[in-house]
Amino acid sequence: MPKMPRILVVDDEQPMRESLNDWLKEDGYRVGLAASGQEAVDMARKEPWEVILLDLKMPGMDGLKTLKKLKEVRPDAEVLMMTAYATVETAVQAMKQGAFDYLVKPFDPDEVEVQIKKIITHKELVLENILLRRRLEETYQFDEIIGKSDAMQEVFELISRVAPTDSTVLITGESGTGKELIARAIHGNSSRCFMPFIAVSCGALPDSLLESELFGYEKGAFTGAEHTKKGRFEMAHRGTLFLDEIGDVSLKTQVDLLRVLQQKEVQRLGSEKVMEVDVRIIAATNRDLAKAIQEKRFREDLYYRLNVIHIEVPPLRERKDDIPLLADEFVRKYCLEMNREEVKVGPSAMKQLMAYDWPGNVRELENIIERALVIGRGNEISADDLPFSRKETGPETFPKSLKMMEKVHIERVLEAAGWNISRAARDLDIDRQTLYNKLEKYDIRRGDE
Amino acid sequence: MAKGVIICPIGPVDEGMLDRIARHIEMRCSVACRVSAKTDIPEYAYDERRCQYNSTTILKHLIGCCPDDVLGYLGVTHVDLFVPILKYVFGLAEMEGRCAVISMCRLRPEFYDRSPDLNLLEERVKKTALHELGHLLGLTHCKNRRCVMYSSVRIEDTDIKRADFCPTCSELFTWRVDTCVTVHGFKGSEVQG
Repeated sequence: MPKMPRILVVDDEQPMRESLNDWLKEDGYRVGLAASGQEAVDMARKEPWEVILLDLKMPGMDGLKTLKKLKEVRPDAEVLMMTAYATVETAVQAMKQGAFDYLVKPFDPDEVEVQIKKIITHKELVLENILLRRRLEETYQFDEIIGKSDAMQEVFELISRVAPTDSTVLITGESGTGKELIARAIHGNSSRCFMPFIAVSCGALPDSLLESELFGYEKGAFTGAEHTKKGRFEMAHRGTLFLDEIGDVSLKTQVDLLRVLQQKEVQRLGSEKVMEVDVRIIAATNRDLAKAIQEKRFREDLYYRLNVIHIEVPPLRERKDDIPLLADEFVRKYCLEMNREEVKVGPSAMKQLMAYDWPGNVRELENIIERALVIGRGNEISADDLPFSRKETGPETFPKSLKMMEKVHIERVLEAAGWNISRAARDLDIDRQTLYNKLEKYDIRRGDE
Repeated sequence: MAKGVIICPIGPVDEGMLDRIARHIEMRCSVACRVSAKTDIPEYAYDERRCQYNSTTILKHLIGCCPDDVLGYLGVTHVDLFVPILKYVFGLAEMEGRCAVISMCRLRPEFYDRSPDLNLLEERVKKTALHELGHLLGLTHCKNRRCVMYSSVRIEDTDIKRADFCPTCSELFTWRVDTCVTVHGFKGSEVQG
């Protein structure tokens, strides 16, 4: 049986309080009595009350003032105003200030009962609504990936179908769309979930280093190999190996990878020993592999090996419906990390977030929310807290000179990459040194520097 | 006469009817019940503004003159009762106490422009008396519309319910009576009214 609601009766007249107390107790309610507005506020601070019956006319803090205070202390409590005929207008005013309804004293017995039952039903509906919303939010989330758009719902559907199999998966999508999160979700929902998930950022490593990272090496295999090292394939045995930025792998390493995928065996550099590995491969790239194949930069046979199941992650600009959901989630995440009170994304900020085209995708959104929370101090993120609020976002106000265009573009990419120089250089398709030169040339500095 | 519940007529009340109600209480509650001597109309509780009698005041009066060793002291009156916050009440009881008062005023069919019907009135008084006795024993309102402990806010509620407890309320009532008897030791003893 659900717990009986607690009802707080606030009336300066003792007979009113007592008769209501007796009446409500017969119904099994837990009743509290307060003789003044201040006493009611104090009692509300100490204990939650589901229903508050509040007299309008009281000496000292009157009903309206008490209502305001009570709503601050216990916003969830429903307040029923009690009034005499002469103050009905004030009771209506109280309803405008958040009171649930009002009762004219003396009440008809069934009137009190009906009103209280109405509140209980209302509260049950609110609770049910919260639970349904939570359940709905769960459907908008797959592990750490969030999205209610049709495109993301399709991705979720694909993940849940693919995860239990051992099939190789190729995830494609622009930088910052959350390809690694998808790979982790596939691993986390597979039978390999208790075994390692090993991620290798193939594009970040020079060819020789990538080779030793993937396959490992024996002591003395090459100059500097002072001890034996396990490769990522070995580490991922019985688990999942996530090959990120597979489109950036050299043709030579592509051959080695193809061999492992075909034979399911690896050989450390400098070793004769061949080891069997049981690894599920998930690869990801932001490159156009079909074009890379045409240009002979990517092996077609490797492509088909990897592309058993293909998951295309849509860019954020194509799923703008997800922006409020994602923004709220990032706000919640960083508020928790920063030990901040609840912060909301204000309407002006949300308008800007929805208008922006997000070249850096979800990662850029996350960085911008984090930055806004660091910069802003209030309980609402406003347009002023966003880095593009003072910049022009419309095409008609874009810088006209090519140089300025380049500067703005570099700034955007850096922002999207969280000012990670290597990542930004990769996204810009230039080397780190070139990027450093351009930063100096355009005097680009991080906002908080 | 066995000790247990005393019905006290307040003002002119049909004592034959009260006797029959006492028998009903004995049968349904397994406690002794008798009708005491009539007391005066409770003028002390009259509210001129409302033209009604304040049941809280009457209840306080009953508490003051309630014999020490009774399970329940039930005043029955023909006057219309109210509590300050409500327009009227059919009855009022001290929750887990010993005194209660019920009014026959709004139990009469005539109050609702119907023809007088003594049988119907008696049935309604029985139900209201049992209901208030239930409160004296700590029972709260029951959700079963047929149970005598169902809340009567309109006369129709009283007419729908039976003059008996539902199995759960009956079980609770018996348990409470036994607890009271263990504590006070007056079940089956003489009522000293």
